[in-house]
Amino acid sequence: MGRSFGTGEFLFLLRAIPSTLLLSLGALTGGAIVGLFVAILRIVPSRPLRWLATGYIELLQGTPVLMQLFVTYYGLAVLFKIQVDAWPAVLLAFSLYSGAFLGEIWRGSIEAIPRAQWEAAACLSLSFLKQLWYVILPQAGRISIPPTVGFAVQLIKNTSIAAIIGFVELTRAGQLMTNTTFKPMIVYPIVAALYFILCWPLSLVAQTLERRIDAALGIKQHF
Amino acid sequence: MNYVFQFNVVWDHLPELLEGALLTIQLSATAMALGLVVAVVCAYGKSAGPRPVRWLVPVIGLRLTANTAALVAMTVNLGAYASEIVRAGIEAIPHGQVEAARALGLKRLQIFRFIIIFPAVKTVYPALTSQFILLMLSSSVVSTISAVELTAITNSLASTTFRSFEFYFVATGLYLAMALGFRAGLSAIYWAVFQRSRAA
Amino acid sequence: MPLLALNSISKRFGAHQALEDVSLAIEPGEVVAIIGRSGSGKSTLLRCINGLERPDNGTVEFDGKAFEPTPRRLKALRREIGIVFQSYNLFPHLCVERNITLGPTAAKGIKLAAARELARKVLRMVDLEDKIAAYPQQLSGGQQQRVAIARALAMEPRLVLFDEITAALDPELIGEVVRVLDRLARDGMTMVLVTHEMGFARRSADTIVFMHQGRIWEKGLPAKLFGAPATAELASFIDAILSVDPSARRPVL
Repeated sequence: MGRSFGTGEFLFLLRAIPSTLLLSLGALTGGAIVGLFVAILRIVPSRPLRWLATGYIELLQGTPVLMQLFVTYYGLAVLFKIQVDAWPAVLLAFSLYSGAFLGEIWRGSIEAIPRAQWEAAACLSLSFLKQLWYVILPQAGRISIPPTVGFAVQLIKNTSIAAIIGFVELTRAGQLMTNTTFKPMIVYPIVAALYFILCWPLSLVAQTLERRIDAALGIKQHF
Repeated sequence: MNYVFQFNVVWDHLPELLEGALLTIQLSATAMALGLVVAVVCAYGKSAGPRPVRWLVPVIGLRLTANTAALVAMTVNLGAYASEIVRAGIEAIPHGQVEAARALGLKRLQIFRFIIIFPAVKTVYPALTSQFILLMLSSSVVSTISAVELTAITNSLASTTFRSFEFYFVATGLYLAMALGFRAGLSAIYWAVFQRSRAA
Repeated sequence: MPLLALNSISKRFGAHQALEDVSLAIEPGEVVAIIGRSGSGKSTLLRCINGLERPDNGTVEFDGKAFEPTPRRLKALRREIGIVFQSYNLFPHLCVERNITLGPTAAKGIKLAAARELARKVLRMVDLEDKIAAYPQQLSGGQQQRVAIARALAMEPRLVLFDEITAALDPELIGEVVRVLDRLARDGMTMVLVTHEMGFARRSADTIVFMHQGRIWEKGLPAKLFGAPATAELASFIDAILSVDPSARRPVL
């Protein structure tokens, strides 16, 4: 019963990988923009702005991605009165989701920079934004690379959730193949292996970066 | 926009949603408890036994109910992540403590129970809390294997009433409430277990 | 007209009264050394001058104008008042030249080429021209501190503050920094230093200010304060210092 799992089926799975990667990349880009904004809002002197950013983060970290996806998907349908294509909804939902997590990571990196650096920059007559741009963000950026890459790995795995609303990426392709071949015990391990192949190099990169940054920081002991 | 929001439909079905939330809480709490045990055991016997224990259950192919299967999957998954967290906490215990305990003649299991695991869990409690809440949120995915919890119930209600946006919006709110509730509850547990001054 | 005037400054941190009714006037070209035990309020006083601390009472006047601590006014003020910190606070991700040119280019709008010339000039003043391409981590403490001085000088300020700049240095590195301070004093820079370098204070300062428990206890010429302290507190402070720093004994010529 059902098709046998052969090269054709395997290629179908492979062809879904670009969707997974594209979605992850798109969400990371959108999330980076949102995240930077959120991170800065978390440290500005204005309290209402800080609360706004905190509320955003709490909301997106305190609810399941799946729910966020549904709300975005149906919310967009409501706003634009038509059946929305999966892509914009999924991209938007994952961008907002990434933005919250990246915002938290980057805020942590910014706060890891000693006060003294802010003072030194301020005493050179630099404005708040210039202090951020020339002195704080370059240093915070370096620290934030390992946890950011770690999040990227999680994101790639989380894109599998998009399968639930029918978006065709790797997991959905796996479901479709299972439906035609009735061989979940072959299809899903292969899908898992493919995710592993996508994520593992990134994890290695993150670990190497982490080690390199630890070594560089060993020279100065401010942290 | 000529879409009329009809949240009263959601209100009519609130009991079902709350029942779903309760199922989510039960599922998550059980997985947390079991997963923590698994984590501690794994962290303790990290040198003993092969890692692939987590691959065993699906291979065995037990015929489980959807909710039980969900529970097993969540427990195993949490156990994996949590064992790493707990292991980090264990490694943070100064060796001097273990040496002193051994010099006092305590047996290995006693040392683990009194000297190691308690301070270790206390240290990594924030990280564990985050992992637990993540677990509760990711329980929404088990709806895909037909387990019955909040997301599954929301799905079926949304598809029968065609009020998708309203239902998912409210369900999201329920999850947020649960997340905040779990955080408060876990804080209370921390306070009760770790903060009460103990007679020496 | 004094370049800088502090009028009845008070500042408290929680229950601790750090400064109590402190008044001080600094003339252009004057070198003022603030000495005292730790906790006497010296650093707090210094930091009130360029707005890093905000006094609870009293006013600070620069060039005759009192300043309100608005961001714009502080920015303008810090173009004229430079500061060198105890822990140098160089920017670790930038090379020495960029550390120095950042202020002039980003805050004063000077063109990069001109700023680089300026960087070379100030590095010459601190004897570190050859380190222009190095990174802070590659330099010794004394060298980093001299770069920090150069960085402050590159803004061409009218007044420079020094907050215990030798306190974090290994003893053998202090000399090179103090030599730079002597040179700056000789060249007529207006300087306010919180310092423990009594030798420098005797040698190059025009005015010594001795602080105790948040107040100015004594103020005057080095010869007078070191030679004939009027109060018991200053006398015991000098005794305590002399046991570590005999160079303070040498008479002012």
